[in-house]
Amino acid sequence: MAANSIERMGLLSVLCVSLFFSSTFAVDRGSFKTCDQSSFCKRQRTLKPGQSPYRALLDTLELSDSRLTLQLINDNNKVHLLLELYRLQGNMTRVKINELKPLKPRFEVPDVLIADPPTEPLSVLSQDDNGLVLSLGAESQRLIVSARPFRLDIMEGPEVLLSLNSRGLLAFEHLRLRKDTQAQPDGAEVKESTEADQQQAEGEKDEDGENDKDEDGLWDESFKAHADTKPNGPTSISLDFSLPGVEHVYGIPEHADNLKLKTTDGGDPYRLYNLDVFQYELYNPMALYGSVPVMIAHNTQRTMGIFWLNAAETWVDISSNTAGKTVFGKMLDFVQGSSETPQTDVRWISESGIIDVFIMLGPKPSDVFSQYASLTGTQSFPPLASLAYHQCRWNYNDQDDVKSVDEGFDQHDIPYDFIWLDIEHADGKRYFTWDPHKFPEPKEMLQGLMEKRRKMVAIVDPHIKVDSDYKIHNEITNKDFYVKNSDGRNYEGWCWPGNSGYPDFTNPEMRAWWASMFSYDQYEGSMENLFTWNDMNEPSVFNGPEITMHKDAIHGKWEHRDVHNIYGLYVQKATAEGQIQRSGGVERPFVLTRAFFAGSQRYGAVWTGDNAADWGHLKISIPMCLSLGLVGISFCGADVGGFFNNPSTELLVRWYQTGAYQPFFRAHAHLDTTRREPWLFGPENTALIREAIRQRYALLPYWYQLIYQAHTTGMPVMRPLWVDYPKETATFTIDDEFLIGRDLLVHPVTEEGSRGVTAYLPGAGEVWYDVHTFQKHNGAQNLYIPVTLSSIPVFQRGGSIIPRKDRIRRSSACMENDPYTLYVALSPKKFAEGELYIDDGHSFNYDTKSEFIHRKLTFANNSLTSRNLCPDCKFSTSSWVEKVVILGASKPRKVLLKVDGKETPVEFEFDASMSVLTLRKPGINAGMDWTILLQSQRNDL
Amino acid sequence: MPTRHLKDGVNVYQTAGKKCKFFKLFRSRASSGTQCLFLHLGIMTCVHLLLTLVFAVSLGTPVEVHRPRGVPLSKKPFYEENKPFTCLDGSKTILFDQVNDDYCDCKDGSDEPGTAACPNGKFHCTNAGYKPTFIPSSRINDGICDCCDTTDEYNSGAKCENTCKELGRKEREVLQKMAEITKEGFLLKQQLIEEAKKGRGEKQSKVTEMQDNKKQLEEKVEALRTVKETAEQPEREAKERHLKAWEEQKAAIRLVKDKAKMAEAFLELDDNADGLVSVSELQSHAELDSDTDGTLSEAEAKGLMGGVEQVDTATFESVWENIKDKYHSESQPEEPAPVETPVDEVKEPVVDNESEPYPEDISEEEDEDDDDDDEYHEEDEKAPPTMKTPEKSQEDEEAMPPYEADTQVLIEAAQKARDDFEEAEKALREMDDQIRNIEKELSFDFGPNAEFTYLYSQCYELSTSEYIYRLCPFNRVSQKPKFGGSETNLGTWGSWSGPENNKYLSMKYEHGTGCWQGPNRSTTVKLTCGKETMLTSTSEPSRCEYLMEFITPAVCQEPSNIDLSAHGHTEL
Repeated sequence: MAANSIERMGLLSVLCVSLFFSSTFAVDRGSFKTCDQSSFCKRQRTLKPGQSPYRALLDTLELSDSRLTLQLINDNNKVHLLLELYRLQGNMTRVKINELKPLKPRFEVPDVLIADPPTEPLSVLSQDDNGLVLSLGAESQRLIVSARPFRLDIMEGPEVLLSLNSRGLLAFEHLRLRKDTQAQPDGAEVKESTEADQQQAEGEKDEDGENDKDEDGLWDESFKAHADTKPNGPTSISLDFSLPGVEHVYGIPEHADNLKLKTTDGGDPYRLYNLDVFQYELYNPMALYGSVPVMIAHNTQRTMGIFWLNAAETWVDISSNTAGKTVFGKMLDFVQGSSETPQTDVRWISESGIIDVFIMLGPKPSDVFSQYASLTGTQSFPPLASLAYHQCRWNYNDQDDVKSVDEGFDQHDIPYDFIWLDIEHADGKRYFTWDPHKFPEPKEMLQGLMEKRRKMVAIVDPHIKVDSDYKIHNEITNKDFYVKNSDGRNYEGWCWPGNSGYPDFTNPEMRAWWASMFSYDQYEGSMENLFTWNDMNEPSVFNGPEITMHKDAIHGKWEHRDVHNIYGLYVQKATAEGQIQRSGGVERPFVLTRAFFAGSQRYGAVWTGDNAADWGHLKISIPMCLSLGLVGISFCGADVGGFFNNPSTELLVRWYQTGAYQPFFRAHAHLDTTRREPWLFGPENTALIREAIRQRYALLPYWYQLIYQAHTTGMPVMRPLWVDYPKETATFTIDDEFLIGRDLLVHPVTEEGSRGVTAYLPGAGEVWYDVHTFQKHNGAQNLYIPVTLSSIPVFQRGGSIIPRKDRIRRSSACMENDPYTLYVALSPKKFAEGELYIDDGHSFNYDTKSEFIHRKLTFANNSLTSRNLCPDCKFSTSSWVEKVVILGASKPRKVLLKVDGKETPVEFEFDASMSVLTLRKPGINAGMDWTILLQSQRNDL
Repeated sequence: MPTRHLKDGVNVYQTAGKKCKFFKLFRSRASSGTQCLFLHLGIMTCVHLLLTLVFAVSLGTPVEVHRPRGVPLSKKPFYEENKPFTCLDGSKTILFDQVNDDYCDCKDGSDEPGTAACPNGKFHCTNAGYKPTFIPSSRINDGICDCCDTTDEYNSGAKCENTCKELGRKEREVLQKMAEITKEGFLLKQQLIEEAKKGRGEKQSKVTEMQDNKKQLEEKVEALRTVKETAEQPEREAKERHLKAWEEQKAAIRLVKDKAKMAEAFLELDDNADGLVSVSELQSHAELDSDTDGTLSEAEAKGLMGGVEQVDTATFESVWENIKDKYHSESQPEEPAPVETPVDEVKEPVVDNESEPYPEDISEEEDEDDDDDDEYHEEDEKAPPTMKTPEKSQEDEEAMPPYEADTQVLIEAAQKARDDFEEAEKALREMDDQIRNIEKELSFDFGPNAEFTYLYSQCYELSTSEYIYRLCPFNRVSQKPKFGGSETNLGTWGSWSGPENNKYLSMKYEHGTGCWQGPNRSTTVKLTCGKETMLTSTSEPSRCEYLMEFITPAVCQEPSNIDLSAHGHTEL
């Protein structure tokens, strides 16, 4: 019913128009700050590398068992800082720098670390006037603290792994009193000022560049008519890191950019500031919906990570001494014996808070992932169904619409598990309610889906309509849970419902109350197959600066400035907790979020926001999700088809084919687009889309096992090739193909009209099998693959076993008891291994009651064995093994199944042209111990 | 656990409506939660538990036909018990034991009609009492009841009820009702066709008739034009004569007036009454100042006097020519300057600018604008008369005398000729319009038998919670908010847009009001058979693409086909 959309949306849409809708399809760059427009970034960036004014006061050294503290002094302004060093278990070092005596406490980010990281003893190896050397444990790793100027170097043997402040860019804007009369506090307060102030006051006279009156933006700044009052004045911090021997750095999502981060010289730094960016542009460092301040550095020898724990607006500068060089230039260096080793320099700048950095020393990629996981936790283990296909649209108009789309899937024999409702489902965008005309009987609708063993997601955004007839608003008001303006009144802004309040999700009481709103008696019309989607949680404020909240808004003791990037994490956390609570702690939640921060992996899935129906956006979905996976967020996906605009049929098909091989697989579309359910593009295209989705369903056991692995180890599900081939430099910049787990390599077709793709198959001496044709290819080569519209180039690694469920049904739940087919892809040494994980697919019983099956499948010496990885676990499955397909096999004389010492023959077929051996119906229950013996021809006699 | 859990094994045979336990085991989930392992190893002994149950229960089907589960009767001959089975595509021959053994051997899925093993399998539900149907084999034992006879869920634990009888009954009811509707609808349709035929014939003959009339009218117009022109010639001449005479008369009067004014001025100027007007006497009239310094200098005065010191009444005549335009009589007040012109200039543009950008749409706002217009107009009409009053009285003095009687006669004659001509011309225009309208109507595609003719120039409304939708077939579709707001055009008549075999099942209306950030609105109207003519539903499946459902007898098909299917064809 859009005839009068403009009129009905009233002021809101007018705002939208003015804010968002430009005539051309592109981000309105003017709506978002450049570094120059963000006063602290501009100030900090003015500071160039050079001699650091900071000096370590070695006589202040204090060393307890696991913690070393040391004061630093800025020789320009005499402000004292306190440095804390920790050696953490698992080969990590934590560096904290705060003011020794700040005027008032500075914000330290809570709720991101899952616990106080366990420490290990630090010991001083040597000390002199110039500094000290600390031991970082067994591996000849040392931490060197240099006193004048202050710097830190982490060494292994003779090599420097990483240096801090080596370029002298440590800068700490200490809290201060405002000196112009306007904001002079009354006399009493001045008298109460601390020792430190007086100490500082001396220094400030000759402090250069920091005289309040001389610079704009210290005590207030404005952007596009939005004033920021900045009552605390300048508070920013900065620190530089040098990585000798490193040419490749990754991570710091979310940016619509390549996997390998670029140098930022001459442009803006990468920005981390959660923003609702309308029609984002590709290949630039602008901030997007989420932020994870984690950078991964990699070379053939080592992988390391830097985790900058700060939730304020952050900018990251990257420079490199090799970036500008051509291959020829590098070769020349080599020939001429140029002494310069490649090096990447990184600089982090944040607007407030403290410096709190975790240096994850690897050395393997998997070590960095487990190190980071030990700090911030792992990917939540979602319900199995959420790994299946999701059908979304803004909006499915009403219950009839939902019903007919549901039926459409059955008519066209296309599986799906979740159908989604966007903002129009609620009564006037009042979340937790249903439009009484369009969705009068939500339970009836949910029941209908439940009978098909399907589920639904309804959106719940964090902006709450200011309306005294709205229960949620009234309760938040009564409990005083809204974010406040600096003057103490409730903060209000415009969003979908019009004037809205924003609950203070940083408040644990608020979150507990929010969670309670998801109980079945509170959330009317909800049922156990209804799940949640948190959108707009950057937070998005249509009439706010940069479409978000004013930085001087107040969250309890803190300014929004301090907590901005973590707001979205809290929204998803509270929602996920609500879902857990409603089932009495039994059922696993599923919550999708747009905004995120370090640690968001613990609460559900993330998608790449409002992308567009063009080929560039399809292509960028790969590096965007790869970058998220590297920093812990495995459950990532992009809107299949592209959110804005209408995709061509070819693009839509290609997007399904790509999305089917990405962790979170959801089609979504903007309200103004034409319908694009999979069957609306003619029978040929319906068949192509059906096939892509079916491939996803067949591989659900593998996806489930991988996300379980991510949940238990922190290993990303969707990975760049270098993660598993860390010494193979050819893989370091690849971001048009990826691995799913270790064993599947996917090179989706992302070019219009493509007739072939060139995939790099890694691994010298390894082989890869085309999963569709079983054709074998050697590793360490660029392979040209001719493609048609039906092609999805996917390869299984020789040496792997992948369990599939090849009986595709309406939904994943319908496939629960179906049998497995094991795809055994032999390595050149006739070896293969894999795992099988089975549980009930939806409850926490895997955790609380050890109710799961986890088996190791190994093929070696012509026998395939299933071994129990968790003998103490108890779970029974009806699933059995219907078929075993062995790729790269030779023809056996006889195949025997051995269970409990009893041997029975197994029928088989052998395809000599492809060397594929198919074992017919071993019939063993998937939870049992068994061995299959291939008796070879040679052993006949 | 031992290897006998037959109750959970898969039944591979069925007879209609009954289970016939033929064995074949593999695995099952034992109720205790422990697992049992059953192996099916190629050749296996089978346990026949068959036939004992076959005659036990009857579900109303008289004949039991023994065949593998999921196989339709028509395919039964291909599944011969205990003989090797050849896949229906001929690709392979397998042991009969491997039919429905829950492993897919045939590429075409034909060996597993009763299990979910083959990705492309089809399962046949007999659905006794209702329609038999095939379902994809992936729906066997998936926990969802698909066949009304419950045969698809024989091993999933799903609790399905046999609803075939009920469905059959309902379907028969629906079909019966449909048949009735179709029957009545089809009769109505015949009437519609008749009426349309009649109407069309009438209209065509009317057009023909009107074409004839039109010709006569055209001739009449031409004749009257000549009469008019003939009458206008003497009228024009008489009028011109009259005007000329009046102009001359006016000039004479003006001359006399001027003389009198001059004499009066002379007397006024001649302050000392010496019969001469001197330079100094003239100087007292500052308004005659020619260099605009506010005073009339001696030199200037002298200039006006033609260079002499004084003039008498006779020579004053030439001086009067120089001063009469500026001269103010001392006895008369100044004449008010005419002020109506500026008013006109100010008024016009303001009104025009506001009303012109939206010439067609009638929105509330514009209504307000119109009100404003009216106010202006009122002022406009009221103001000038008051302003013009003095002028008018002045003009009245100079008003043209009435036409003389003979001229008046000529004028009246000409006027009558004009009126007659215009009336005839108007009649011709109207006739033209009528012909065009009928021709337009006749040009529409009203269906193979013109059965949709009756919809022309009708409108049908449907009210929803928010809007009133209005469909005017062959014209336009619109939407108006119930609680105020302007109407939105959802498309104007485009074309028939049904499927190839019957394009008259749907109508397309296009090029409606443009959507914000989107296409122009359009509407598809789906037509189904009904006794009445009614708009039954409306929706917007895609942004700005509307879908309406409309029932009309005009699409009702001849009922004979439906009678057949009402009885159905239930397989045994």
